[in-house]
Amino acid sequence: MAGVAGGNDFQWCFSQVKGAIDEDVADADIISTVEFNYSGELLATGDKGGRVVIFQHEQESKNRPHLRGEYNVYSTFQSHEPEFDYLKSLEIEEKINKIRWLPQQNAAHFLLSTNDKTIKLWKISERDKRAEGYNLKDEDGRLRDPFRITSLRVPVLMPMDLMVEASPRRIFANAHTYHINSISVNSDHETYLSADDLRINLWHLEITDRSFNIVDIKPANMEELTEVITAAECHPHQCNVFVYSSSKGTIRLCDMRSAALCDRHSKFFEEPEDPSSRSFFSEIISSISDVKFSHSGRYMMTRDYLSVKVWDLNMENRPVETYQVHEYLRSKLCSLYENDCIFDKFECCWNGSDSAIMTGSYNNFFRMFDRNTRRDITLEASRESSKPRATLKPRKVSTGGKRKKDEISVDSLDFNKKILHTAWHPKDNVIAVAATNNLYIFQDKIN
Amino acid sequence: MFPKGTKRKFSDSGEEPVSSGDQVPVAPSVAARTLTSSYSLQRQSLLDMSLIKLQLCHMLVEPNLCRSVLIANTVRQIQEEMTQDGTWQIMTQALAAAQCPADRLVATEVLCRQTDAAAQAGQSPKPFSVVGLEEGYHAEEVVMEGDVETEVTMSTLSPVSPQLSSASYLAGPFGMGPCWEEEEEDGECEEDEEEDSEECASESEEGDRDHLSAESRTGEQVFGTFEIKHPAPPPDPALEELFSDVDPSYYDLDTVLTGMQSAPKMGPYDLLESLSSHGPTALSSSSSCRSDLNELDHIMEIIVGS
Repeated sequence: MAGVAGGNDFQWCFSQVKGAIDEDVADADIISTVEFNYSGELLATGDKGGRVVIFQHEQESKNRPHLRGEYNVYSTFQSHEPEFDYLKSLEIEEKINKIRWLPQQNAAHFLLSTNDKTIKLWKISERDKRAEGYNLKDEDGRLRDPFRITSLRVPVLMPMDLMVEASPRRIFANAHTYHINSISVNSDHETYLSADDLRINLWHLEITDRSFNIVDIKPANMEELTEVITAAECHPHQCNVFVYSSSKGTIRLCDMRSAALCDRHSKFFEEPEDPSSRSFFSEIISSISDVKFSHSGRYMMTRDYLSVKVWDLNMENRPVETYQVHEYLRSKLCSLYENDCIFDKFECCWNGSDSAIMTGSYNNFFRMFDRNTRRDITLEASRESSKPRATLKPRKVSTGGKRKKDEISVDSLDFNKKILHTAWHPKDNVIAVAATNNLYIFQDKIN
Repeated sequence: MFPKGTKRKFSDSGEEPVSSGDQVPVAPSVAARTLTSSYSLQRQSLLDMSLIKLQLCHMLVEPNLCRSVLIANTVRQIQEEMTQDGTWQIMTQALAAAQCPADRLVATEVLCRQTDAAAQAGQSPKPFSVVGLEEGYHAEEVVMEGDVETEVTMSTLSPVSPQLSSASYLAGPFGMGPCWEEEEEDGECEEDEEEDSEECASESEEGDRDHLSAESRTGEQVFGTFEIKHPAPPPDPALEELFSDVDPSYYDLDTVLTGMQSAPKMGPYDLLESLSSHGPTALSSSSSCRSDLNELDHIMEIIVGS
């Protein structure tokens, strides 16, 4: 697969944008998660209003083979509703925190979606035929008088307009005291894990009334709480292995074969702190907001506030690669702490071949790093650069005193335009970038 | 956004310990003297900002545990550093001795007073319970905004809401000069404050009365990890009776405060937990509240099947 940055061989260009154009963004429309399915044919988004929208990739048109197909709406459904917890007098937000697809096993598609407290398994199935010619009832459904039936016929399947139905097949509730931040489907395709701030549970997809608690970091005395779980993921191939990250910048790899309760890790990943750059914000910016295994299963990537780190699972004492996402913000940490931006949780993702990684930043910028060439690029998801097949121009933030033309100064960045969620197609160079309430789809230019 | 290094118009809070050296019984340590005033000013403003954030965090319907933990850890870090270089002790002593500076944020004073008490007792300040602290902060802040001059009156208050900006917090202590002074002089102001805080809190909490009795012991619980040398004033029985029939369970903040009352030794994250995991329990004895929480935990485990 081609690399990320410019040059003669590869460029990113605009493909589509989904979502309203209004300046006035309804809170419920803010996209909170984006995920391709295993084949890349389907792209799911969840929003703060509890809705899931699934886009499907249309086949390339035979007339215009130089274009990739487009993603069009396939199904929309309300996954979660706001709930009121009467025991605690708290309203439970309907915001979809994560969506994870299950591998496809038959004609239907399955995905898990979760809000703060409840995980749901949804089945999305197509119906494009209906039976006609029943014996016992008319076409409009009325029962026929049995005495009037003089002959029997076999119902015939007739085509009908495609209907995509989403139905909740399982509801996994009441297992999390704290807010669920991650779900991850295991490679055995039978189990999955869900993680909240202090605990991780293991579920079987068929069983909704119980789950196993496999990690519990809640201290006996909550006064001693200094660290929370921020993300968790199952290993892509080893169904007994999973990792979870913490607010102190550490990652623990656990093996479920070693004990029922995986409070003791098998591996502990932490980079020693650089004493020269220590500040009061050091811990906050070291808090890991996302952890993702590479497709190969050899590496994992973590995102903290200012950087993305790639870790070799065989080396615990430091990452093998570190990429600075927006180092120019280091001198602004106090302001970012004041306006709470320092707590923003950015996600990160791998491309299909693990040769490149992508993550978001502010001002609707997102960054890609090529692990082989060590080149990086900053692109912007904006309406201005949204002409069909328009090549995206690399952006640059000026850090020094002199601002070159086309550069943007740090103080001009819009910190309300943050790209927290991005996804990379598992096979092709197609990416989905969520910018507040808009979903941008970019693809490489086929030369 | 403001560029780093901008000084706020404090009345030299960072330099206070040095300038009021003549009033401070203990000479500032060498370390404190060598600290640049801009650094300690920044550190102070960071501390104040963090305490406000913790306050706001806990006023949310659904507190974000991760954020609370990170902010609390930051506050602890600052406190540790200030303790190490002696600034902490200097500041508390300076504040105790001096007039209350108009711009001093209440939270810092609250911190200092208790540390001062601990210092007088010959003990080093223990790592403070952040949530507990900010509960007390809340109570004190409520007092600030009320009309403390008048005796037991239902003062009009701006309701304590998450929308409170830093500015309003800063403004609070401006009006408090006389009160602190009063308190220093005759020690009775505190009792008035507590009573007023009971009423003011009730005003601001939309009629939530039942934490009044909690408020009266707020002083104790807030500084639970410190040794408290001046005891909190006893609750006013008349006020308690007046507001005893209001159902406390409806209001979020009450969960925290009833939790506090029921289990006085609960630390900050017990309160966090009570917000996130357990319902608002009716006012009950500390042991039954504890057992309720344990029961809920037990039930949760059964449901989860672990």
